[in-house]
Parts: sequence; C-alpha cells; structure tokens
Amino acid sequence: MFYIYCPYCGEHREEEEFHPKGQAHIERPKEPEACSDEEWGNYLFFRNNPRGVHHEMWVHAVGCRKFFNVTRHTVSYEILETYKMGEQPTITADSQKQPREAAAVSHQEGVRA
Amino acid sequence: MQRYSGFGLVKHALSHHENWERQWRNPTPKKQYDVIIVGGGGHGLATAYYLAKEFGVKNVAVIEKGWLGGGNTARNTTIVRSNYLWDESAALYEHAMKLWEGLSQDLNYNVMFSQRGVLNLGHTLQDMRDIQRRVNANRLNGIDGEVLDTKGVQALVPIMDCSKNARYPVMGASWQPRAGVARHDAVAWGYARGADAHGVDILQQTEVTGFKIRDGRIYGVHTNRGDIEAKTVGCVTAGNSGVLANMGGFQLPLESHPLQALVSEPIKPILDTVVMSNHVHGYISQSDKGDLVIGAGIDGYNGYGQRGSYPTVEHTLQAIVEMFPIFSRVRMNRQWGGIVDTCPDACPIISKTPVKGLFFNCGWGTGGFKATPGSGHVFAASLAKGEMHPIAEPFSMFRFHSGALIDEHGAAGVAH
Repeated sequence: MFYIYCPYCGEHREEEEFHPKGQAHIERPKEPEACSDEEWGNYLFFRNNPRGVHHEMWVHAVGCRKFFNVTRHTVSYEILETYKMGEQPTITADSQKQPREAAAVSHQEGVRA
Repeated sequence: MQRYSGFGLVKHALSHHENWERQWRNPTPKKQYDVIIVGGGGHGLATAYYLAKEFGVKNVAVIEKGWLGGGNTARNTTIVRSNYLWDESAALYEHAMKLWEGLSQDLNYNVMFSQRGVLNLGHTLQDMRDIQRRVNANRLNGIDGEVLDTKGVQALVPIMDCSKNARYPVMGASWQPRAGVARHDAVAWGYARGADAHGVDILQQTEVTGFKIRDGRIYGVHTNRGDIEAKTVGCVTAGNSGVLANMGGFQLPLESHPLQALVSEPIKPILDTVVMSNHVHGYISQSDKGDLVIGAGIDGYNGYGQRGSYPTVEHTLQAIVEMFPIFSRVRMNRQWGGIVDTCPDACPIISKTPVKGLFFNCGWGTGGFKATPGSGHVFAASLAKGEMHPIAEPFSMFRFHSGALIDEHGAAGVAH
C-alpha cells in the first residue's frame, strides 16, 4: 500500500484516500482546430508507459480534493517525490540514472560515498 | 508427436509412466526463420501453431524471455465468453469461441474447456437496459444469449443473495450458456506441443533486446542468444508491448496496469457456473480442483511489477461476500498479479506497424485469455499473407488517429 505525501495537506496519507489520474504534464493543444488527426489522436490516446520513472497525476479524493503530481518508479513502485500542479519534477528518468550508476560504481570499488 | 489416448495411458501404465516423450524440444536458435513470434504465451503459441498447421509456414521461431505461459496466460481467471456488443469484437471473440469448442480434439490435448455458462449480473435499471441491448446484439450476430430476471438467476445460482435487502439487489443477468472456463496452462502447453510437432522452434530463456530495421523494414531481432533473422516478426508480448514498440521506434496507445486474482482453499463443489458483476465489481467461478477463483480489478496506476495492491483485493472480496454471504468465512490461499496492456477503447490491437514486416498483437487488456485461439488464428493468417485477416482488420493501431474506435468499454459486461 502506498503512503503518499500530499503537497497541499503537507501530510502522508494512505493510498485509499487518493486516486491515480494518469500521466502528468499533458498540455492541451492551444489550437485544437488546427491539429492534424495524428496530433489530436496523440493528445487523446497516446500516453507514456515507461518501465521506470513515471510522472503521473493523483487526486487527494477524500482529503483536500486537489490534484498534484507524483514521480514514481513503475517497477519498484517507489514514490520518488510529490509536487504541486504547475511545478516541474526535480527527479526524472535522466537524473535518476546518474546517481544509480555512481552508486553502482562506488559499490564495486568498495568506496564509501 | 506421440498422440495421447486412453489406450496410450494403459500402455504407459505398464512401464510406470516413465517413458512418455517430452512434449516439445528445446532447440538451439537457427540463424534464420521465415517468421519470428516474440512472446511465448497463449496467443503467441497459438499464432505459431496455426501458422505451421493451417498456413503452411513451418520455419517459425517463438522467442520467450522466461518460460512458456508464465505471464498472463497463467495468471488469468480462465473465463471464456463471446457476448460482446459491437460487431467487430463479437466476430473476433465468437471466432475464438468456435475454435474453443473443438480445441481439445484439434490439439489432442485436454484443455478442460467446460461450457458451464457465464452470468453477467445487472444491479440497476441501466444495467438491465444495457444487458437487453447487448443480448439482442449478440443474437443478431448469431451468439447465444438470454436475459434472465432475478428468479432465473436465483434458480441457476441458489447460493447467491438475490434478496431485495442486498445493498445492490440483483435485478437480473445476461446468460451465455456456451461460455465457460478452460484450463489456462493446458492451453499454452497444448499449443506449444502442437506447434513443436509441426516443426516450430520454441526458444525459451531468450530475450529480444532490439529489432534489426533497415530502410523502414524489419529483417531480424537481437536477442541475448545472438541475432536471429526473419523478414516477418509478430510481437505478442502483452504488458511489455509498449517497451518493444519503443525498440521499433514508435508508440502504442497502451498503458500497463497490474491486474490481480486470487484463489481460496479448495472446497466441495458449490458453484457450477461463472458469475460476473460489473457493478459491485467481482467475478467468481470454482475450479475443478475446488478452489474459488476470484478476479479483482486493475490498479488504477501504471505498473510493471507483477503484483497488485491490497485495497483492490479488499474491495473485490467485499463484492464477493456481498453477492455470496455464504463465502464470508472461506480462506484465501494465493493471490497474484499480472501486467495487462490496456487500450483506450478496451479492444485489442492486431495490426501492421510503421515498420514493414513488423506486426503487433497486443492491447488485450483484462480479457485476452478467452480470445487465445481466435487471436492466434487471425494473427497467423495475417502474418502468412502479409495482409490483415478481415476479422483483424478493424483492430488496427491506426484507428486511434482515424477515430474508428471500437468502444467496447463497459458495454460488453467487461468487468473493468
């Protein structure tokens, strides 16, 4: 069970208070009428489905009822951070790679980080 | 292939059943095949079987990163039905149903297909209207179906709480008598044995790590056991289809979710049909071994971990106990999850792709098992000819740009 930090309530709460609402940071086309079928189809139906770090929206359904963003790993299910709407993630798939690789190297060499 | 029969059983009893031949070989990969199937689950093995048996393409490899039928084929709740609303999906699932009806004989392998009927319950007036619409549509498509009232449901399943005092009273149901359950492992094994007998190489513990593409055309795959060449590649990889599509340089409109199921301790025969309820969200049947097989819903978030969340299990069991108070003290034995690749319109993708020669059969979401023979058959036909089979044609991945969706969501008693 997830234990999710709501950035608006400023508290950790249990998963059942929340609902997942799909991929975060999707921008509605500014001029929908000007979209090609492909652009509009991509906006409506095509979502990132990474095996790894994923940014998604959740809603604190039985709490403050606000939407916020979660960065989560889709294999380990580890929640890496939560942040308010309109903010950008500090942890991304790219930023995750380096510390892990560095950790692996330091582990190999027996170096204390 | 050594054929199975009652006589064979007696013959092998004389040698203490120690001399049965292996059901399939464990070959080393060749350098080149005519067709490569990626994914050794039910759908992939069925595709290979029909390719070799019906369409004369014998030089085929099935590449599986784990072991045969270790993914969703072994993780589903084994329900088989074809009562879908729209013509396109009804044609596909009924095609599968007709193959199911002769499958054990065709494969010479007992897949334990039991046509014990499936009930889709209605708990509200709107449920009942939808059920009437769907059953009428089914009958127009030549698929059996009946609308039952509360009394009819109670007569079929005496242990269900059909009283007016239930939180969501049962107002009726759709009933498809030809529907039922099948032994899921046997389906994978039966197809594997059949395909192997027709010369298909089944390569387990072989993981595809990339596609070999030149000028927009596929000519092979990279694997952890070396490169293998083929001009036609069919991917049947369920939850990992999106990852493979990215290797091919395009995106599929799929999201992978964990879906879980659980079984109880074995009990005496008590439930002789399959009961599904969309509204309270639970479905249940009893296996031949005696355990109650219970399907839960998907977790709403994306995930590749083959496990589900406990709140989902809890909600499912609430629904089951709501319908069957008699099961309130049955203990659950095992619980597991699989990764389902859900499509926005809850229909599969059986399609060509932007890469020539590369085909995908995926997006079956929460209900792929029932379609295994039909899916394999139409996909094999498409791979053999290079053109989509008429039944598969509407399930193109390009429908998400053309807008020709098959909006089966919720309309077909799909319990998700």
